[in-house]
Amino acid sequence: MGVLVLLSLVLITLSFRSGEDGPLTTFQSAGSTALRPFAVGFERVAQPFRDAYGWADSLLDARSDAERLRVENRELLQRTIQSEFARQENDYLRRLLDYVGSPRFPVDFDPIPAEVIGRPAGAFTQAIVVAAGSNSGVRVNDPVVTADGLVGLVTRVTSHTARVQLLTDEEAAVSAVDLRTSAPGIVRHARGTRETLVLDRVRKQDRVKRGDEIVTAGWRASGLSSLYPKGIPIGKVTSVGQTDTDLYQQVQVDPFVDFGSLDAVLVLVPRERRR
Amino acid sequence: MSASAVLRATLVLFVAAMLQTVIVSSIVIDGGAPDLLLVVVVALGLVRGAIPGAVFGFTAGLIVDLVTLDTMGITSLVLTLAGFWAGRYGETVGRDRRFAPVIAVGTLTLLAGLFGYVLHYLLGEEVIARHALVTALMPAFVLNLALSLPVCAVVRHMVGEAERAKASPEVEVFV
Repeated sequence: MGVLVLLSLVLITLSFRSGEDGPLTTFQSAGSTALRPFAVGFERVAQPFRDAYGWADSLLDARSDAERLRVENRELLQRTIQSEFARQENDYLRRLLDYVGSPRFPVDFDPIPAEVIGRPAGAFTQAIVVAAGSNSGVRVNDPVVTADGLVGLVTRVTSHTARVQLLTDEEAAVSAVDLRTSAPGIVRHARGTRETLVLDRVRKQDRVKRGDEIVTAGWRASGLSSLYPKGIPIGKVTSVGQTDTDLYQQVQVDPFVDFGSLDAVLVLVPRERRR
Repeated sequence: MSASAVLRATLVLFVAAMLQTVIVSSIVIDGGAPDLLLVVVVALGLVRGAIPGAVFGFTAGLIVDLVTLDTMGITSLVLTLAGFWAGRYGETVGRDRRFAPVIAVGTLTLLAGLFGYVLHYLLGEEVIARHALVTALMPAFVLNLALSLPVCAVVRHMVGEAERAKASPEVEVFV
């Protein structure tokens, strides 16, 4: 028991002190690669159950909305649940493809499609694990998107998998602007909520309004540039408030991406790196 | 512990770890998700004892940290202590108690949540106490309690009880 506790503490210490090329990272990379087929297999097996859960969950929400429930019931009579799952998956992937071919897709980046194969447990981190790694060209700090908008940033990479820190993580922060007024700010996770964001550092003289769309700023200055490309949708402003004592406005943002039901994402890899 | 019991326990643990990372952690109900792996580790500790519980906890944590690319050792440390504590409880106070799994899972869910929060705080990671200890932990506590009896029954069925020395029912005095 004492040996195992000591071993755990040694692992934590090594994990923190060794860099990206340390022996523990190599071990973790090898272990992750070995376990990847199992994770992918379990993901495939679990997908119908997750879809069924998502379906049941959405049905519960729909109770409060009679009209939506009626439409959903009509649809459920027309289609079997199985074909509905297949259609939804097809739609999701097609939207990703449409997004890649659309003018909204950032020009200086290549997309690497990746299946979501894991979600770390617990309330301490908001992250996902995707089935694309350094062998596919993914590197730390690569932005991750879906057709709906920004998902987050790659924080760890192995040869075949990568960990993506979601926008809803406490440590995530993105330079963003209000698309209508160009008011700049920083998008962060709203404390005490699960999936709500705030646009922080918005000056009081900027006229941000409810319903405004917030996109990534993608700044470039003095040879430095933002990790995120310009113009990727993040969310819609749901409320704006300010007090006399605060220096900045309090802008709440509802993200476009549903972080709870991510099946596949696109990792954006800068074109100049692939050359 | 026989080789076949070790093999079966490892298989149960591996499947639980995969299910936890792939599907269970995304089943968020009222802000929290159940921790199937913790419940399985506690069940293994209860049916096989403290040392096997600690070893299975360490192994489970290692698998999770490898799959999720999390900081190595954190989950192992939490689950090692959980497995050991459950084993000690099963060997002593909780022995032959019908609701021992519920008590052990409930207590360890709260302790693991608190300990996990302290560990992440000590490591300098930004974690909001209210979210970690109330918003997410309370639903997880209820969900883990709901899982405790069925999961423990399945684990007991698959892995089997550890052989225990029977306490003597009476004392004979030889003069």
